[in-house]
Amino acid sequence: MNGLGILKGLGVTLKHFINTYIEDIRWHGKLYGTEKGLKFRTSGDVKGVFTVQYPEEKLPMPEEFRFIPFLVYEEDANGEKDYRCTSCGICAKVCPPQCIWIFRANDPNTGRPIPSPADFFIDIDICMNCGLCAEYCPFDAIKMDHDFEMAAYERLEHNIYNLEKLGKPLSYYADIRPVNYKREETIRAEKEAAKAVGKKAGAETSG
Amino acid sequence: MSEQLIAPAAELVNRFESWVKPDTRPGYQGTIIDLEHLVEFARVARDEFSYDYLSSVTGVDYFPEDKMEVVYHAYKMTGGPALIFKAQTSRTDSVVPSLVSIYPGAEFQEREAWDLLGIRFSGHPDLRRILMWEGFAGHPLRKDWKEAYFEEEVKPFKNRWPDGHAVRSEDKNPYGDNVAYPSDFDPDNWVTDADRSLYDLLKKIQQEGDGMKTDRIIVNMGPQHPSTHGVFRMVVVLEGETVVELKPVMGYLHRNHEKIGERNTYLQNIPFTDRLDYISSMSNNFGYVLAVEKLMNIKPPERADYLRVMMAELTRISSHIMSTGFLLNDLGAYFTPALYALEERELILDIFEAVSGSRMMCNYFRFGGVARDLPEGILEKVRELAFDRLPRKIEELDAYLTENEILRTRCEGVGILTAEQATAFSTSGPTLRASGVPYDIRRADPYSIYDRLDFDVVTGTKGDVYDRYLVRIEEMRQSCNILRQVVRDIPGGLIQTGKPVYQVRVPAGESYGRVEGPKGELGYYILSNGKPNPVRYHVRAPSFINLTSLAEMCRGGKVADAVVILGAMDIVLGEVDR
Repeated sequence: MNGLGILKGLGVTLKHFINTYIEDIRWHGKLYGTEKGLKFRTSGDVKGVFTVQYPEEKLPMPEEFRFIPFLVYEEDANGEKDYRCTSCGICAKVCPPQCIWIFRANDPNTGRPIPSPADFFIDIDICMNCGLCAEYCPFDAIKMDHDFEMAAYERLEHNIYNLEKLGKPLSYYADIRPVNYKREETIRAEKEAAKAVGKKAGAETSG
Repeated sequence: MSEQLIAPAAELVNRFESWVKPDTRPGYQGTIIDLEHLVEFARVARDEFSYDYLSSVTGVDYFPEDKMEVVYHAYKMTGGPALIFKAQTSRTDSVVPSLVSIYPGAEFQEREAWDLLGIRFSGHPDLRRILMWEGFAGHPLRKDWKEAYFEEEVKPFKNRWPDGHAVRSEDKNPYGDNVAYPSDFDPDNWVTDADRSLYDLLKKIQQEGDGMKTDRIIVNMGPQHPSTHGVFRMVVVLEGETVVELKPVMGYLHRNHEKIGERNTYLQNIPFTDRLDYISSMSNNFGYVLAVEKLMNIKPPERADYLRVMMAELTRISSHIMSTGFLLNDLGAYFTPALYALEERELILDIFEAVSGSRMMCNYFRFGGVARDLPEGILEKVRELAFDRLPRKIEELDAYLTENEILRTRCEGVGILTAEQATAFSTSGPTLRASGVPYDIRRADPYSIYDRLDFDVVTGTKGDVYDRYLVRIEEMRQSCNILRQVVRDIPGGLIQTGKPVYQVRVPAGESYGRVEGPKGELGYYILSNGKPNPVRYHVRAPSFINLTSLAEMCRGGKVADAVVILGAMDIVLGEVDR
């Protein structure tokens, strides 16, 4: 018994070590830097090396992965950004660390508030990436991002994001979250259709 | 509901009719005991009615009323509902008799109530601050205490919308830095005597030797020490290499989670609970959500319940496997076993990431359901883990470690806690069960769907470190077993009762929700007055309360054993310090 346990333990490590080489040979050098190899190395079947060569290769991100929020805008024909945000303030109210500041836009003529943000700030130092703002936004206007590489040399200037910095096109959103995008767009289309029918019906009765 | 809870204790309450009166405030439960009879009541409850386990002690500040209340939750080790009793005192001069003589497990919790709420416990053997430092001004959980950069009583803060302009807290500070001193304070020449009371206490022990002049020394292990799993300090009195006395010192990671929780709305608290025991955030969500659901009187749909249990059990496996791996670190097998364990955890975290969007800070549970359904392909992944990979790897760990001679010589007979001691010290989780007490909340007081799942409550026999290790290994097998049943039976359907709302309506009242977390009994005490924010939000953190028994386990052992005992206790400082 004496010393046998140690030898047995060392054997385990040795087995792991050898397995790594066997797997490498079996994959003909395609275990690294290929999508298939990466998928295999992060699955439950792997016997050898389990790690990923970051930043040369990156783990595929699941669709639901969430990091700092961004604001979705649609571009119209002449390149104007049309933010979906109506500055209703739900995201600012639901935010647990209270890192969202919204400055509501007013109509320059009447002075009455209009459903659009004049400016929008998120302090990404404080943001805890919980995703509640995106979850409770009724207009699909604020969404969680996939971009996590946002190191900066300077925090005071860089880390308070304004409307400009937060805005990302709808196509980007469709790209990073295809399943969610498809589902939400169907619901939006249905709502639009229902609204159009309602309007038409209203017009008919009043006419 | 309240009648149901009182029923088993009715006989006990009737017996002391003159000074025990039921708590009749709407939504409240339990009984209010006269201060002078509190100890007597507790003794009878423990000795004659076998409420031998004091789970939670906490205080409530009823500002602006001149009233302070201490709330006790006691349980029977044989299972069943709680005996809730309360003691009331004034705010200005808050004194309540200490129950440490009846329930030693109250020691740290009473110290916490003194520290944070300023309730003095007469007869407490060591009533010092525990989370804040000695010399701290005020008691932070009192409602009239305001933190630095205080904005408003409750969130959401008013200046965020509609005229929100980003302001940094540090910009509000006239010193332009992140600290503020009183004008007469000079940090360079300041000498602290914060630890004097602690060292005086230990010096007394030093002198109490057998009359001979011995060279006992006081050693500080931590707060920066690789064996303490974070910023945790053990002050040990040593005679040679033998531990004579030990005092844990904590609070280095204290952020007053409970005060933050009382400022938050109910929903906003869910992501904050993730940060308690950051290894098992899903379990933390579970306990909190259960407590609030009890108040709201709603139940999640069937599928959501299954999803919750699936996540909770995956969390248990990942926490236990990590604890096993890192126990080996403490034994000196640097990082090979720990990395083997981390590999399995990685696969579990992949599932969490796909489901909730984050690997560690999951924020997945909602009141009346869960945040989102499983994405495509995830159920298959869980199935593969539960049926193939995890059982295989648990067996592998078992084969490598359980009979390993170094592990056995270092762990067997070390840090023994008898069943009586474990119960008295209010320990929970694997620490309690390793001592031979078959107490698992999933069985003793079933929540969610655990009453229809088939699993064994794992117990040890000797109550040493080795038993704690064995209990964890076996519990992982049981969790795999539960996962297999969940994957097999999970129904389709909705994942949320009603529409998801960001401002839930919580009726006035109190509730105590508890789950069997990986570390032990994780309880949440919530007091609502019908407004959007809780009046009182208290976390009964298993790691924190398990530490009450640390000194008992370490006494008489070697210093090196203290490291192993702490490792086998599996504390997470995010939860200890809150």
